[in-house]
Amino acid sequence: MAKLDLSQKLAILSDAARYDASCASSGTTRRDSRDGKGLGSTEGSGICHAYAPDGRCISLLKILMTNFCIYDCAYCINRVSSNVQRARFSVDEVVQLTIEFYRRNYIEGLFLSSGIIQSPDKTMEDMLRIAKRLREVENFRGYIHLKTIPDAAPELIEQAGLYADRLSINVELPTDNSVKAFAPEKNPATIRKAMGDVKARKDVAGERSYTGKRGKRFVPAGQSTQMIVGADMSTDATILGQSTRLYSDYKLKRVYYSAFSPIPDAAAKLPMIKPPLVREHRLYQADWLLRFYGFAVDEITAARPDGNLDLEVDPKLAWALQNRAQFPVDVNRASKEMLLRIPGFGTRTVGRILSTRRHRRLRYDDLLRMGASLKKAQAFITAQDWSPGGLTDSEHLRARFAPPPEQLSLF
Amino acid sequence: MYTVPLPRIGTDVAWRDAAKRLIGAGVSPEDILWDFDNEMGELFATATTLPPLTRRIKAPQSFVQMADWVVWHKDPQRFARLYALLWRLRHQPGLMQDRADKDLAKLRHMEKGVHRCKHKMKAFVRFRDLRQGGERRSFAAWFEPTHHTVEPTAPFFARRFADMDWMIATPDVTAQFVDGNLSFHPGQPKPDLPEDAAEALWGTYFCNIFNPARLKVSAMTSEMPKKYWKNLPEAQHIQGLIAGAEAKVQQMRDNAPTLPPERAAKIKRQLRDD
Repeated sequence: MAKLDLSQKLAILSDAARYDASCASSGTTRRDSRDGKGLGSTEGSGICHAYAPDGRCISLLKILMTNFCIYDCAYCINRVSSNVQRARFSVDEVVQLTIEFYRRNYIEGLFLSSGIIQSPDKTMEDMLRIAKRLREVENFRGYIHLKTIPDAAPELIEQAGLYADRLSINVELPTDNSVKAFAPEKNPATIRKAMGDVKARKDVAGERSYTGKRGKRFVPAGQSTQMIVGADMSTDATILGQSTRLYSDYKLKRVYYSAFSPIPDAAAKLPMIKPPLVREHRLYQADWLLRFYGFAVDEITAARPDGNLDLEVDPKLAWALQNRAQFPVDVNRASKEMLLRIPGFGTRTVGRILSTRRHRRLRYDDLLRMGASLKKAQAFITAQDWSPGGLTDSEHLRARFAPPPEQLSLF
Repeated sequence: MYTVPLPRIGTDVAWRDAAKRLIGAGVSPEDILWDFDNEMGELFATATTLPPLTRRIKAPQSFVQMADWVVWHKDPQRFARLYALLWRLRHQPGLMQDRADKDLAKLRHMEKGVHRCKHKMKAFVRFRDLRQGGERRSFAAWFEPTHHTVEPTAPFFARRFADMDWMIATPDVTAQFVDGNLSFHPGQPKPDLPEDAAEALWGTYFCNIFNPARLKVSAMTSEMPKKYWKNLPEAQHIQGLIAGAEAKVQQMRDNAPTLPPERAAKIKRQLRDD
């Protein structure tokens, strides 16, 4: 096999990394290099330096250290039984790419992941060498996200947390049975234990010792995980139930949902169909409702008997359509909790309503200026000069939002 | 009648100083002409002496913060709009909380525009290596901002790229950072920057991180509008990626599942035995 040059390796190893959904670079400590002795800064909110034609943000250099892998996970392009072309970066190559891309303002930092080579410990050690070089030799102060190998020794994961802003350990699939079926070498219990270890270690880092000194910074941007949607038969109710547990048990910053995507050289036991991307979108919307809008899982998933989210309308609207008895809501009187449940009102709009309401009564046009989507909201609210009349209980209400039925293809 | 000249560099400080004096002296909005960078020309080029700073009128913090953004907007009416709101605030101290007030809503909208422009500048400036040798490396970029955002955004680049020298040239204002010192200069035409081999690697990355099975062009253009493309080296690949996406996915579908490579069985056996 001819030796691959840097560009060929980059092509193979970024191609292999594109199925990782996260590209977040936010939520870490504020750092800069004003002292002139290092490179980089992080200022709270992340920056998307480019967008690919798939609409996804490119914030980090997202690559695999190597796509050689001894595991055989059916959904993964890099599984041992796949005929995909293999490559491996040297430590120096990853470090140079990261630094040179960063200096040209292409990226916020590095998201490094890897196939398992030789053993989980060996793989983790190699990834750590890259992170260590970046932090200690190059004095890199940008963002580093390390995908952790769950089977690696706890002390290696601990070390990773000292260099990285974020660690992630993928739960891969919504249920233990699916993991066993599709990723035979992975163990759901080990994955959960690794997430638990990271959480425990981060809790310790946040505490002050008796001298009042804080522990060493440990994954300041927290940990996240990802699960593939649509490769197994799990319902949205199962998925969201799992997410809720993950958020509360391990204090995860984010659960990413990745609609299963056809991959080159796929395993025979997987569907080769284009996933309905809208399902992934609805899951993210539901995830948001759970975390920022005060909804409970069963409220969101009760709308349909099959336990899946409505693909035609967003989950908040679906809930409102099911619970019309609670509407219309008077925007001049309703509680914050109830305002948050109105379709077309975001958290910002609600904040603006509450602040303005102290001074005067709100009219329909006021709400427009505050950024509410009244196309959605108008059937569910009353304001000073607005009443929806029979609209709230109209049987055609749903049809105003749902797309018209699709015409069947003739061929 | 007061004509107030405002410089292109240092607009924020000049406007704040003038507004303080004028509001303190009770000058009403109709009696002020704001002249940004001599744009009014000779006709009104009679700068009037501003009233001395005698009486201090307290403006809410939220107004001051908003004004610090809005002064960089490209709308020629920005200074007058800000002053008009400041004038109303004297008798309506709660006005800043009224998110539905038309004048305030307009200013908040402008603030958001500047905010977005600043954010896009942080994201889309692309440096090229000038390869000048010496102890510090030096880089330069050409950028075309929508609003006058070079000055408020440059400190971000100074915090981030402090160990190198850099220049961001724009038609509006040019920022320079040399040996740790940030300075601003008049805008300029697009300079000739040397080719940079890293751009080809960046293009390779851009093409390969794209997933052809998830084509969503409108989501891309809403965040990375076409007006920025001409200065983004990766944007030259976009058309080709979109055009080839469907064929790529079809190819994945058509390829029958392959047999595992020979080494797979051996590796799996080893894993089981461990």
